[in-house]
Amino acid sequence: MATDHELRLRERLARLRNVSLLGGARVSAELEKLERQLARIAEEATDEDIWQSVELARHDDRPYTLDYVARLLDDWVELHGDRVRADDHAIVAGLGRFDGKTIALVGHQKGRDIKDRIDRNFGSAHPEGYRKAMRVMELAERHDFPVVTLVDTPGAYPGVAAEQHGQGGTLARSHKLMARLDIPTVTCIIGEGGSGGASAIALADRVLMQENAIYSVISPEGCAAILWRDAGEAKKAAAAFKPDALHCLELGVIDAVVPEPEGGAHTDPDEAARLLGTALREALDDLEPVASDELKRRRRARFRSLGVFA
Amino acid sequence: MSSRIDVSIEHRGAPEPSGKKDPNTCPKCESHYRDDELDATLWVCPHCGHHFPMKARARIASLADAGTFSEEATDVRSEDPLQFFDVRPYAGRLAEAELKTGLGEAMVIGQADLETTPCELAVMDFSFMGGSMGSAVGEKFSRACDSAAERGVPLVAVTTSGGARMQEGILSLMQLPKTVCAVEDLKDAGGALITVMAHPTTAGVLASFASLGDVVIAEPNALMSFAGPRVVQQTTREKLPDDFGLSDSNFRLGHLDAVLPRREIKPYVARLLRLFSKNGD
Repeated sequence: MATDHELRLRERLARLRNVSLLGGARVSAELEKLERQLARIAEEATDEDIWQSVELARHDDRPYTLDYVARLLDDWVELHGDRVRADDHAIVAGLGRFDGKTIALVGHQKGRDIKDRIDRNFGSAHPEGYRKAMRVMELAERHDFPVVTLVDTPGAYPGVAAEQHGQGGTLARSHKLMARLDIPTVTCIIGEGGSGGASAIALADRVLMQENAIYSVISPEGCAAILWRDAGEAKKAAAAFKPDALHCLELGVIDAVVPEPEGGAHTDPDEAARLLGTALREALDDLEPVASDELKRRRRARFRSLGVFA
Repeated sequence: MSSRIDVSIEHRGAPEPSGKKDPNTCPKCESHYRDDELDATLWVCPHCGHHFPMKARARIASLADAGTFSEEATDVRSEDPLQFFDVRPYAGRLAEAELKTGLGEAMVIGQADLETTPCELAVMDFSFMGGSMGSAVGEKFSRACDSAAERGVPLVAVTTSGGARMQEGILSLMQLPKTVCAVEDLKDAGGALITVMAHPTTAGVLASFASLGDVVIAEPNALMSFAGPRVVQQTTREKLPDDFGLSDSNFRLGHLDAVLPRREIKPYVARLLRLFSKNGD
Protein backbone atom coordinates (compact mmCIF):
# COMPACT_ATOMS: atom_id res chain seq x y z
CA MET A 1 0.00 0.00 0.00
CA ALA A 2 2.82 2.36 0.91
CA THR A 3 4.41 1.71 -2.45
CA ASP A 4 1.21 2.58 -4.32
CA HIS A 5 1.11 5.78 -2.39
CA GLU A 6 4.73 6.42 -3.12
CA LEU A 7 4.24 5.88 -6.84
CA ARG A 8 1.36 8.31 -6.91
CA LEU A 9 3.40 10.90 -5.04
CA ARG A 10 6.31 10.46 -7.43
CA GLU A 11 3.97 10.95 -10.38
CA ARG A 12 2.57 14.14 -8.89
CA LEU A 13 6.06 15.30 -8.10
CA ALA A 14 7.19 14.74 -11.69
CA ARG A 15 4.16 16.66 -13.00
CA LEU A 16 4.77 19.52 -10.61
CA ARG A 17 8.45 19.70 -11.56
CA ASN A 18 7.39 20.38 -15.16
CA VAL A 19 4.89 23.00 -14.10
CA SER A 20 7.38 24.73 -11.87
CA LEU A 21 9.36 25.76 -14.94
CA LEU A 22 6.68 28.40 -15.27
CA GLY A 23 7.51 29.62 -11.81
CA GLY A 24 5.10 30.28 -8.95
CA ALA A 25 5.67 30.12 -5.22
CA ARG A 26 2.67 27.91 -4.52
CA VAL A 27 3.96 25.20 -6.75
CA SER A 28 7.37 25.15 -5.18
CA ALA A 29 5.86 25.00 -1.70
CA GLU A 30 3.81 22.06 -2.89
CA LEU A 31 6.95 20.45 -4.26
CA GLU A 32 8.70 20.79 -0.95
CA LYS A 33 5.75 19.28 0.84
CA LEU A 34 5.69 16.30 -1.50
CA GLU A 35 9.42 15.76 -1.16
CA ARG A 36 9.12 15.81 2.61
CA GLN A 37 6.31 13.28 2.42
CA LEU A 38 8.40 11.04 0.20
CA ALA A 39 11.27 11.19 2.66
CA ARG A 40 8.84 10.21 5.42
CA ILE A 41 7.51 7.27 3.45
CA ALA A 42 10.97 5.77 3.33
CA GLU A 43 10.74 5.40 7.10
CA GLU A 44 6.99 4.84 7.25
CA ALA A 45 5.67 2.16 9.58
CA THR A 46 5.11 -1.14 7.81
CA ASP A 47 2.11 -3.36 8.54
CA GLU A 48 4.35 -5.36 10.86
CA ASP A 49 5.40 -2.22 12.76
CA ILE A 50 1.76 -1.28 13.15
CA TRP A 51 0.87 -4.66 14.60
CA GLN A 52 3.86 -4.45 16.91
CA SER A 53 2.47 -1.17 18.24
CA VAL A 54 -0.87 -2.86 18.87
CA GLU A 55 0.87 -5.60 20.85
CA LEU A 56 3.12 -3.22 22.79
CA ALA A 57 0.21 -0.87 23.55
CA ARG A 58 -1.57 -3.82 25.18
CA HIS A 59 1.51 -5.39 26.78
CA ASP A 60 0.77 -6.87 30.22
CA ASP A 61 3.72 -5.06 31.77
CA ARG A 62 3.13 -1.69 30.14
CA PRO A 63 3.09 1.15 32.69
CA TYR A 64 -0.43 2.33 33.51
CA THR A 65 -1.70 5.69 34.72
CA LEU A 66 -0.92 5.12 38.41
CA ASP A 67 2.60 3.95 37.54
CA TYR A 68 3.23 7.35 35.99
CA VAL A 69 1.47 9.15 38.84
CA ALA A 70 3.82 7.49 41.33
CA ARG A 71 6.85 8.57 39.33
CA LEU A 72 5.82 12.06 38.23
CA LEU A 73 3.58 13.58 40.92
CA ASP A 74 4.22 14.56 44.53
CA ASP A 75 1.53 14.76 47.19
CA TRP A 76 -0.92 12.74 45.06
CA VAL A 77 -4.43 12.66 46.47
CA GLU A 78 -6.81 10.40 44.61
CA LEU A 79 -10.42 11.56 44.56
CA HIS A 80 -13.21 9.04 44.40
CA GLY A 81 -16.78 8.82 43.22
CA ASP A 82 -19.00 10.65 40.79
CA ARG A 83 -21.21 12.16 43.54
CA VAL A 84 -24.21 10.50 41.91
CA ARG A 85 -23.94 6.77 42.02
CA ALA A 86 -20.57 5.06 42.27
CA ASP A 87 -16.80 5.11 42.15
CA ASP A 88 -15.67 3.63 38.85
CA HIS A 89 -12.20 2.11 39.25
CA ALA A 90 -11.56 2.07 35.48
CA ILE A 91 -10.83 5.80 35.70
CA VAL A 92 -8.65 7.43 38.35
CA ALA A 93 -8.68 11.14 39.10
CA GLY A 94 -7.01 13.34 41.63
CA LEU A 95 -4.73 16.22 42.48
CA GLY A 96 -0.99 16.25 42.77
CA ARG A 97 2.04 18.40 42.36
CA PHE A 98 3.95 18.33 39.09
CA ASP A 99 7.15 20.40 39.09
CA GLY A 100 6.00 22.11 42.25
CA LYS A 101 2.63 23.20 40.82
CA THR A 102 -0.76 21.67 41.56
CA ILE A 103 -2.38 19.89 38.64
CA ALA A 104 -5.41 17.66 38.26
CA LEU A 105 -4.80 14.31 36.62
CA VAL A 106 -7.39 12.02 35.10
CA GLY A 107 -6.62 8.70 33.46
CA HIS A 108 -7.93 5.29 32.56
CA GLN A 109 -6.52 2.59 34.80
CA LYS A 110 -6.04 -1.06 33.96
CA GLY A 111 -5.27 -3.78 36.49
CA ARG A 112 -2.09 -5.80 36.82
CA ASP A 113 -3.23 -9.19 38.18
CA ILE A 114 -6.53 -10.86 37.37
CA LYS A 115 -8.34 -9.64 40.48
CA ASP A 116 -7.15 -6.09 39.92
CA ARG A 117 -8.05 -6.30 36.25
CA ILE A 118 -11.60 -7.26 37.03
CA ASP A 119 -11.82 -4.51 39.64
CA ARG A 120 -10.64 -2.01 37.01
CA ASN A 121 -12.90 -3.60 34.40
CA PHE A 122 -9.89 -3.87 32.04
CA GLY A 123 -9.81 -0.08 31.74
CA SER A 124 -13.34 0.11 30.30
CA ALA A 125 -15.25 2.75 32.19
CA HIS A 126 -18.96 3.17 32.82
CA PRO A 127 -20.65 6.60 32.69
CA GLU A 128 -19.83 6.90 36.40
CA GLY A 129 -16.13 7.00 35.56
CA TYR A 130 -16.58 9.81 33.04
CA ARG A 131 -18.73 11.71 35.52
CA LYS A 132 -15.92 11.44 38.07
CA ALA A 133 -13.49 12.72 35.42
CA MET A 134 -15.78 15.67 34.69
CA ARG A 135 -16.23 16.50 38.35
CA VAL A 136 -12.48 16.65 38.90
CA MET A 137 -11.90 18.72 35.74
CA GLU A 138 -14.51 21.22 36.94
CA LEU A 139 -12.79 21.38 40.30
CA ALA A 140 -9.48 22.04 38.55
CA GLU A 141 -11.02 24.81 36.48
CA ARG A 142 -12.42 26.54 39.54
CA HIS A 143 -8.96 26.59 41.13
CA ASP A 144 -7.03 27.31 37.95
CA PHE A 145 -5.12 24.02 38.01
CA PRO A 146 -4.00 22.66 34.62
CA VAL A 147 -5.46 19.26 33.69
CA VAL A 148 -3.42 16.31 32.43
CA THR A 149 -5.27 13.28 31.10
CA LEU A 150 -3.73 9.89 30.34
CA VAL A 151 -5.66 7.70 27.91
CA ASP A 152 -5.48 3.92 28.11
CA THR A 153 -8.73 2.12 27.38
CA PRO A 154 -9.97 -0.49 24.93
CA GLY A 155 -13.19 1.57 24.87
CA ALA A 156 -16.08 2.69 27.05
CA TYR A 157 -17.84 -0.34 28.53
CA PRO A 158 -20.64 -1.83 26.43
CA GLY A 159 -22.98 -3.12 29.14
CA VAL A 160 -26.69 -2.95 29.90
CA ALA A 161 -26.25 -0.81 33.02
CA ALA A 162 -23.74 1.44 31.25
CA GLU A 163 -26.29 2.07 28.50
CA GLN A 164 -29.12 2.64 30.94
CA HIS A 165 -27.00 5.15 32.82
CA GLY A 166 -26.42 7.06 29.59
CA GLN A 167 -23.04 6.00 28.22
CA GLY A 168 -23.45 7.87 24.91
CA GLY A 169 -24.74 11.08 26.44
CA THR A 170 -22.10 11.04 29.16
CA LEU A 171 -19.27 10.67 26.64
CA ALA A 172 -20.77 13.56 24.67
CA ARG A 173 -20.86 15.73 27.80
CA SER A 174 -17.29 14.83 28.71
CA HIS A 175 -16.16 15.99 25.23
CA LYS A 176 -18.25 19.11 25.73
CA LEU A 177 -16.79 19.92 29.14
CA MET A 178 -13.27 19.70 27.74
CA ALA A 179 -14.25 21.99 24.85
CA ARG A 180 -15.33 24.58 27.44
CA LEU A 181 -12.52 24.40 30.00
CA ASP A 182 -10.80 27.71 30.77
CA ILE A 183 -7.54 26.08 31.83
CA PRO A 184 -4.61 24.49 29.98
CA THR A 185 -5.17 20.82 29.19
CA VAL A 186 -2.69 18.21 27.98
CA THR A 187 -3.49 14.64 26.98
CA CYS A 188 -1.17 11.74 26.35
CA ILE A 189 -2.29 8.44 24.83
CA ILE A 190 -0.21 5.99 26.87
CA GLY A 191 -1.57 2.65 25.67
CA GLU A 192 -4.84 1.91 23.94
CA GLY A 193 -6.80 4.91 22.75
CA GLY A 194 -10.02 3.09 22.03
CA SER A 195 -12.82 5.04 20.39
CA GLY A 196 -15.23 7.47 22.07
CA GLY A 197 -14.18 6.32 25.52
CA ALA A 198 -10.70 7.63 24.70
CA SER A 199 -11.54 10.85 22.86
CA ALA A 200 -14.00 11.85 25.62
CA ILE A 201 -11.03 12.74 27.85
CA ALA A 202 -8.66 13.71 25.03
CA LEU A 203 -10.13 16.99 23.78
CA ALA A 204 -7.11 18.91 25.01
CA ASP A 205 -4.93 21.87 24.00
CA ARG A 206 -2.05 19.48 23.34
CA VAL A 207 -2.50 15.85 22.41
CA LEU A 208 0.61 13.71 22.80
CA MET A 209 1.01 10.04 22.10
CA GLN A 210 3.63 7.57 23.20
CA GLU A 211 5.64 5.93 20.45
CA ASN A 212 4.02 2.52 20.84
CA ALA A 213 0.52 3.60 21.79
CA ILE A 214 -2.44 3.21 19.46
CA TYR A 215 -5.38 5.55 18.86
CA SER A 216 -8.30 4.29 16.86
CA VAL A 217 -11.98 4.54 16.10
CA ILE A 218 -12.56 0.86 16.88
CA SER A 219 -10.44 -2.06 18.08
CA PRO A 220 -8.69 -4.03 15.32
CA GLU A 221 -10.80 -7.06 16.33
CA GLY A 222 -14.03 -5.07 16.22
CA CYS A 223 -13.20 -3.62 12.81
CA ALA A 224 -12.27 -7.06 11.46
CA ALA A 225 -15.49 -8.57 12.82
CA ILE A 226 -17.59 -5.95 11.04
CA LEU A 227 -15.78 -5.43 7.74
CA TRP A 228 -14.16 -8.85 7.23
CA ARG A 229 -16.80 -10.69 9.30
CA ASP A 230 -13.91 -12.42 11.06
CA ALA A 231 -12.28 -11.08 14.23
CA GLY A 232 -9.21 -13.16 13.33
CA GLU A 233 -8.36 -10.65 10.62
CA ALA A 234 -7.40 -8.06 13.26
CA LYS A 235 -3.90 -7.70 11.85
CA LYS A 236 -5.26 -6.83 8.41
CA ALA A 237 -7.72 -4.38 9.94
CA ALA A 238 -4.98 -2.63 11.93
CA ALA A 239 -2.85 -2.33 8.80
CA ALA A 240 -5.83 -0.79 7.00
CA PHE A 241 -6.89 1.78 9.59
CA LYS A 242 -3.40 2.60 10.87
CA PRO A 243 -3.78 3.33 14.60
CA ASP A 244 -0.05 3.91 15.22
CA ALA A 245 1.51 7.14 16.46
CA LEU A 246 3.29 8.03 13.20
CA HIS A 247 0.09 7.93 11.19
CA CYS A 248 -1.78 9.89 13.86
CA LEU A 249 0.94 12.52 13.69
CA GLU A 250 0.81 12.60 9.91
CA LEU A 251 -2.96 13.14 9.96
CA GLY A 252 -2.65 15.99 12.48
CA VAL A 253 -4.57 14.07 15.15
CA ILE A 254 -1.74 14.37 17.66
CA ASP A 255 0.80 17.15 18.16
CA ALA A 256 3.85 15.12 19.09
CA VAL A 257 5.13 11.59 19.63
CA VAL A 258 6.59 10.90 23.07
CA PRO A 259 9.57 8.55 22.79
CA GLU A 260 9.72 5.33 24.79
CA PRO A 261 12.76 3.36 25.97
CA GLU A 262 14.17 0.92 23.40
CA GLY A 263 11.87 -2.10 23.22
CA GLY A 264 8.85 -0.31 24.69
CA ALA A 265 7.76 1.49 27.86
CA HIS A 266 7.52 -1.77 29.84
CA THR A 267 11.26 -2.45 29.55
CA ASP A 268 12.09 0.58 31.69
CA PRO A 269 9.10 2.30 33.34
CA ASP A 270 11.32 4.86 35.12
CA GLU A 271 12.80 6.02 31.84
CA ALA A 272 9.36 5.97 30.18
CA ALA A 273 8.05 8.19 32.99
CA ARG A 274 11.00 10.55 32.65
CA LEU A 275 10.39 10.93 28.90
CA LEU A 276 6.66 11.43 29.45
CA GLY A 277 7.37 13.98 32.18
CA THR A 278 9.61 15.98 29.87
CA ALA A 279 6.94 16.07 27.16
CA LEU A 280 4.17 17.07 29.60
CA ARG A 281 6.39 19.80 31.08
CA GLU A 282 7.14 21.25 27.63
CA ALA A 283 3.46 21.26 26.70
CA LEU A 284 2.33 22.85 29.98
CA ASP A 285 5.07 25.50 29.81
CA ASP A 286 3.96 26.32 26.28
CA LEU A 287 0.36 26.79 27.33
CA GLU A 288 0.88 28.62 30.59
CA PRO A 289 1.19 32.16 29.19
CA VAL A 290 -1.82 31.81 26.86
CA ALA A 291 -4.99 33.63 28.00
CA SER A 292 -7.92 31.34 28.75
CA ASP A 293 -10.19 32.68 25.98
CA GLU A 294 -7.40 32.24 23.49
CA LEU A 295 -6.70 28.71 24.74
CA LYS A 296 -10.31 27.75 24.20
CA ARG A 297 -10.47 29.39 20.80
CA ARG A 298 -7.33 27.62 19.60
CA ARG A 299 -8.42 24.29 21.09
CA ARG A 300 -11.73 24.36 19.27
CA ALA A 301 -10.14 25.59 16.04
CA ARG A 302 -7.62 22.74 16.24
CA PHE A 303 -10.28 20.04 16.55
CA ARG A 304 -12.58 21.70 14.05
CA SER A 305 -9.81 21.54 11.45
CA LEU A 306 -9.47 17.74 11.68
CA GLY A 307 -10.63 15.69 8.73
CA VAL A 308 -9.86 15.17 5.07
CA PHE A 309 -12.58 15.99 2.56
CA ALA A 310 -12.97 17.43 -0.89
CA MET B 1 -51.50 -24.33 2.74
CA SER B 2 -51.81 -28.01 1.78
CA SER B 3 -55.38 -27.39 0.49
CA ARG B 4 -54.03 -25.00 -2.13
CA ILE B 5 -51.71 -27.27 -4.07
CA ASP B 6 -52.76 -25.79 -7.40
CA VAL B 7 -51.17 -22.50 -6.51
CA SER B 8 -47.83 -23.82 -7.67
CA ILE B 9 -49.27 -24.26 -11.18
CA GLU B 10 -50.24 -20.61 -11.39
CA HIS B 11 -46.70 -19.70 -10.53
CA ARG B 12 -45.05 -21.94 -13.09
CA GLY B 13 -42.66 -19.91 -15.15
CA ALA B 14 -42.78 -16.99 -12.77
CA PRO B 15 -39.41 -15.65 -11.66
CA GLU B 16 -37.95 -17.27 -8.59
CA PRO B 17 -38.67 -15.20 -5.50
CA SER B 18 -35.46 -13.37 -4.67
CA GLY B 19 -35.77 -14.30 -1.01
CA LYS B 20 -35.52 -10.62 -0.29
CA LYS B 21 -38.50 -8.81 1.11
CA ASP B 22 -39.73 -5.78 -0.69
CA PRO B 23 -38.23 -2.76 1.08
CA ASN B 24 -41.73 -1.40 1.57
CA THR B 25 -42.95 -4.45 3.46
CA CYS B 26 -43.70 -3.46 7.02
CA PRO B 27 -41.43 -5.56 9.25
CA LYS B 28 -44.00 -5.44 12.03
CA CYS B 29 -47.31 -6.24 10.32
CA GLU B 30 -46.17 -7.42 6.85
CA SER B 31 -48.34 -4.90 4.99
CA HIS B 32 -47.07 -3.86 1.56
CA TYR B 33 -46.95 -0.32 0.26
CA ARG B 34 -45.96 1.59 -2.83
CA ASP B 35 -43.49 4.45 -2.41
CA ASP B 36 -46.15 7.08 -3.04
CA GLU B 37 -48.42 5.56 -0.38
CA LEU B 38 -45.65 5.80 2.20
CA ASP B 39 -44.69 9.27 1.01
CA ALA B 40 -48.21 10.36 1.87
CA THR B 41 -47.97 8.95 5.41
CA LEU B 42 -44.43 10.27 6.13
CA TRP B 43 -43.15 6.69 5.80
CA VAL B 44 -45.18 5.47 8.74
CA CYS B 45 -47.19 2.24 8.32
CA PRO B 46 -50.85 3.33 8.32
CA HIS B 47 -51.82 -0.08 9.66
CA CYS B 48 -49.55 -0.55 12.70
CA GLY B 49 -47.61 2.71 13.08
CA HIS B 50 -44.18 1.26 12.30
CA HIS B 51 -41.73 4.03 11.36
CA PHE B 52 -39.85 3.15 8.17
CA PRO B 53 -36.42 4.73 7.71
CA MET B 54 -36.86 8.12 6.08
CA LYS B 55 -34.47 9.42 3.44
CA ALA B 56 -32.90 12.82 4.05
CA ARG B 57 -34.81 14.51 1.19
CA ALA B 58 -38.15 13.14 2.35
CA ARG B 59 -37.35 14.19 5.91
CA ILE B 60 -36.55 17.72 4.82
CA ALA B 61 -39.78 17.85 2.81
CA SER B 62 -41.66 16.72 5.93
CA LEU B 63 -40.14 19.47 8.07
CA ALA B 64 -39.46 22.53 5.92
CA ASP B 65 -42.25 24.77 4.67
CA ALA B 66 -42.71 24.19 0.94
CA GLY B 67 -40.06 25.92 -1.13
CA THR B 68 -38.08 27.31 1.80
CA PHE B 69 -35.20 24.82 1.91
CA SER B 70 -31.97 26.14 0.52
CA GLU B 71 -29.18 23.57 0.61
CA GLU B 72 -25.64 24.46 1.70
CA ALA B 73 -22.23 22.82 1.37
CA THR B 74 -23.42 20.65 -1.52
CA ASP B 75 -19.86 20.21 -2.78
CA VAL B 76 -18.39 18.62 0.37
CA ARG B 77 -17.36 15.04 -0.41
CA SER B 78 -15.44 12.35 1.44
CA GLU B 79 -11.89 11.58 0.49
CA ASP B 80 -9.97 8.40 1.17
CA PRO B 81 -7.03 9.54 3.31
CA LEU B 82 -5.94 6.02 4.28
CA GLN B 83 -6.55 4.39 0.87
CA PHE B 84 -8.68 2.08 2.95
CA PHE B 85 -9.32 -1.37 1.60
CA ASP B 86 -11.24 -4.09 3.42
CA VAL B 87 -13.00 -6.56 1.16
CA ARG B 88 -13.70 -3.63 -1.15
CA PRO B 89 -11.98 -0.25 -1.51
CA TYR B 90 -13.58 2.62 0.40
CA ALA B 91 -13.53 4.78 -2.74
CA GLY B 92 -15.74 2.18 -4.43
CA ARG B 93 -18.15 2.07 -1.52
CA LEU B 94 -18.43 5.85 -1.64
CA ALA B 95 -19.16 5.93 -5.36
CA GLU B 96 -21.76 3.21 -4.93
CA ALA B 97 -23.44 5.04 -2.05
CA GLU B 98 -23.63 8.22 -4.09
CA LEU B 99 -25.21 6.38 -7.01
CA LYS B 100 -27.66 4.55 -4.78
CA THR B 101 -28.82 7.54 -2.75
CA GLY B 102 -28.27 10.47 -5.08
CA LEU B 103 -26.60 12.19 -2.15
CA GLY B 104 -23.00 13.39 -1.91
CA GLU B 105 -22.75 12.35 1.73
CA ALA B 106 -24.71 10.93 4.66
CA MET B 107 -25.83 14.40 5.76
CA VAL B 108 -27.71 17.20 4.02
CA ILE B 109 -27.61 20.71 5.49
CA GLY B 110 -29.31 23.97 4.63
CA GLN B 111 -31.55 26.84 5.63
CA ALA B 112 -35.29 26.40 6.00
CA ASP B 113 -38.44 27.77 7.59
CA LEU B 114 -40.64 25.64 9.86
CA GLU B 115 -44.14 27.07 10.19
CA THR B 116 -42.55 30.33 9.02
CA THR B 117 -39.83 30.39 11.72
CA PRO B 118 -36.35 30.26 10.15
CA CYS B 119 -33.83 27.65 11.25
CA GLU B 120 -30.90 25.62 10.00
CA LEU B 121 -31.40 21.92 9.20
CA ALA B 122 -28.80 19.12 9.37
CA VAL B 123 -30.41 15.86 8.32
CA MET B 124 -28.71 12.47 8.15
CA ASP B 125 -29.50 9.63 5.75
CA PHE B 126 -29.00 6.04 6.87
CA SER B 127 -28.99 4.69 3.31
CA PHE B 128 -25.63 6.41 2.66
CA MET B 129 -23.16 3.94 4.24
CA GLY B 130 -25.29 3.45 7.33
CA GLY B 131 -25.34 7.18 8.03
CA SER B 132 -21.77 6.83 9.23
CA MET B 133 -19.88 9.96 10.21
CA GLY B 134 -16.61 10.59 8.41
CA SER B 135 -14.76 13.82 7.72
CA ALA B 136 -17.37 15.10 5.25
CA VAL B 137 -20.30 14.59 7.62
CA GLY B 138 -18.32 16.24 10.43
CA GLU B 139 -17.51 19.19 8.18
CA LYS B 140 -21.09 19.59 6.99
CA PHE B 141 -22.42 19.51 10.55
CA SER B 142 -19.75 21.99 11.60
CA ARG B 143 -20.76 24.36 8.77
CA ALA B 144 -24.42 24.00 9.73
CA CYS B 145 -23.50 25.21 13.25
CA ASP B 146 -21.70 28.22 11.77
CA SER B 147 -24.53 29.04 9.40
CA ALA B 148 -27.03 28.88 12.29
CA ALA B 149 -24.79 31.07 14.47
CA GLU B 150 -24.27 33.66 11.73
CA ARG B 151 -27.99 34.00 11.10
CA GLY B 152 -28.90 33.78 14.80
CA VAL B 153 -31.29 30.87 14.27
CA PRO B 154 -31.53 27.48 16.00
CA LEU B 155 -30.07 24.35 14.44
CA VAL B 156 -32.35 21.33 14.07
CA ALA B 157 -30.40 18.10 13.61
CA VAL B 158 -32.12 14.87 12.58
CA THR B 159 -29.80 11.94 13.28
CA THR B 160 -29.70 8.38 12.02
CA SER B 161 -26.30 6.75 12.09
CA GLY B 162 -24.42 3.60 12.94
CA GLY B 163 -21.56 5.75 14.29
CA ALA B 164 -18.15 6.85 13.07
CA ARG B 165 -17.05 5.70 9.62
CA MET B 166 -14.39 3.05 10.20
CA GLN B 167 -12.95 3.46 6.71
CA GLU B 168 -11.54 6.85 7.71
CA GLY B 169 -9.79 5.41 10.76
CA ILE B 170 -8.80 7.83 13.49
CA LEU B 171 -10.03 10.83 11.47
CA SER B 172 -13.58 9.56 11.83
CA LEU B 173 -13.14 9.39 15.62
CA MET B 174 -11.91 12.98 15.49
CA GLN B 175 -15.31 14.01 14.14
CA LEU B 176 -16.64 13.50 17.69
CA PRO B 177 -14.53 16.30 19.22
CA LYS B 178 -14.92 18.30 16.00
CA THR B 179 -18.72 18.31 16.01
CA VAL B 180 -18.79 18.92 19.78
CA CYS B 181 -16.54 21.98 19.36
CA ALA B 182 -18.83 23.24 16.59
CA VAL B 183 -21.89 22.86 18.85
CA GLU B 184 -20.14 24.73 21.66
CA ASP B 185 -19.20 27.56 19.28
CA LEU B 186 -22.87 27.74 18.25
CA LYS B 187 -24.02 27.80 21.87
CA ASP B 188 -21.48 30.51 22.78
CA ALA B 189 -22.92 32.57 19.94
CA GLY B 190 -26.33 32.28 21.61
CA GLY B 191 -27.66 29.57 19.31
CA ALA B 192 -29.76 26.56 20.24
CA LEU B 193 -29.53 22.96 19.08
CA ILE B 194 -32.58 20.72 18.82
CA THR B 195 -31.90 17.06 18.06
CA VAL B 196 -34.38 14.59 16.67
CA MET B 197 -33.07 11.04 16.91
CA ALA B 198 -34.40 8.62 14.34
CA HIS B 199 -33.68 4.89 14.28
CA PRO B 200 -30.82 4.16 14.81
CA THR B 201 -28.68 6.82 16.48
CA THR B 202 -25.75 4.94 17.95
CA ALA B 203 -22.05 5.03 18.86
CA GLY B 204 -20.08 8.05 17.67
CA VAL B 205 -23.04 10.22 16.76
CA LEU B 206 -24.84 9.52 20.05
CA ALA B 207 -21.57 10.13 21.92
CA SER B 208 -21.11 13.54 20.30
CA PHE B 209 -23.40 16.24 18.89
CA ALA B 210 -26.67 14.26 18.96
CA SER B 211 -26.72 14.09 22.76
CA LEU B 212 -25.85 17.77 23.14
CA GLY B 213 -29.18 19.19 21.99
CA ASP B 214 -30.74 21.81 24.26
CA VAL B 215 -33.81 19.73 23.59
CA VAL B 216 -33.46 16.09 22.55
CA ILE B 217 -36.36 14.07 21.20
CA ALA B 218 -36.63 10.73 19.42
CA GLU B 219 -38.99 8.75 17.23
CA PRO B 220 -40.80 5.69 18.61
CA ASN B 221 -38.74 2.49 18.70
CA ALA B 222 -35.55 4.23 17.66
CA LEU B 223 -32.44 2.44 18.88
CA MET B 224 -30.21 4.89 20.68
CA SER B 225 -27.35 3.14 22.40
CA PHE B 226 -23.61 3.73 22.48
CA ALA B 227 -22.90 0.04 21.86
CA GLY B 228 -25.28 -2.04 19.75
CA PRO B 229 -27.35 -4.84 21.32
CA ARG B 230 -25.24 -7.54 19.66
CA VAL B 231 -21.97 -6.14 21.02
CA VAL B 232 -23.45 -5.77 24.50
CA GLN B 233 -24.84 -9.29 24.39
CA GLN B 234 -21.54 -10.78 23.23
CA THR B 235 -19.46 -8.83 25.74
CA THR B 236 -21.57 -9.33 28.80
CA ARG B 237 -23.45 -12.58 28.02
CA GLU B 238 -26.35 -10.95 29.83
CA LYS B 239 -29.91 -11.34 28.64
CA LEU B 240 -30.86 -7.94 27.33
CA PRO B 241 -34.17 -6.33 28.25
CA ASP B 242 -36.67 -6.46 25.36
CA ASP B 243 -36.63 -2.69 25.02
CA PHE B 244 -32.83 -2.41 25.28
CA GLY B 245 -31.61 0.96 24.04
CA LEU B 246 -34.96 1.91 22.51
CA SER B 247 -36.26 5.45 22.69
CA ASP B 248 -39.11 4.60 25.07
CA SER B 249 -36.77 3.11 27.64
CA ASN B 250 -34.39 6.04 27.19
CA PHE B 251 -37.29 8.40 27.83
CA ARG B 252 -38.20 6.49 30.98
CA LEU B 253 -34.56 6.64 32.13
CA GLY B 254 -34.41 10.40 31.69
CA HIS B 255 -32.25 10.69 28.59
CA LEU B 256 -34.89 12.31 26.35
CA ASP B 257 -37.33 15.19 26.48
CA ALA B 258 -39.97 13.42 24.41
CA VAL B 259 -40.70 10.46 22.16
CA LEU B 260 -42.93 11.63 19.35
CA PRO B 261 -44.52 9.93 16.36
CA ARG B 262 -43.26 11.38 13.10
CA ARG B 263 -46.32 13.44 12.24
CA GLU B 264 -46.04 15.32 15.55
CA ILE B 265 -42.38 16.25 15.12
CA LYS B 266 -42.81 19.28 12.86
CA PRO B 267 -45.38 21.06 15.07
CA TYR B 268 -43.33 20.25 18.18
CA VAL B 269 -40.07 21.55 16.70
CA ALA B 270 -41.82 24.62 15.25
CA ARG B 271 -43.22 25.44 18.70
CA LEU B 272 -39.70 25.19 20.16
CA LEU B 273 -38.29 27.39 17.41
CA ARG B 274 -40.85 30.08 18.26
CA LEU B 275 -39.90 29.78 21.94
CA PHE B 276 -36.21 30.09 21.20
CA SER B 277 -36.53 33.05 18.85
CA LYS B 278 -35.96 36.35 20.57
CA ASN B 279 -39.13 38.18 21.56
CA GLY B 280 -40.28 40.55 18.88
CA ASP B 281 -38.39 38.76 16.08
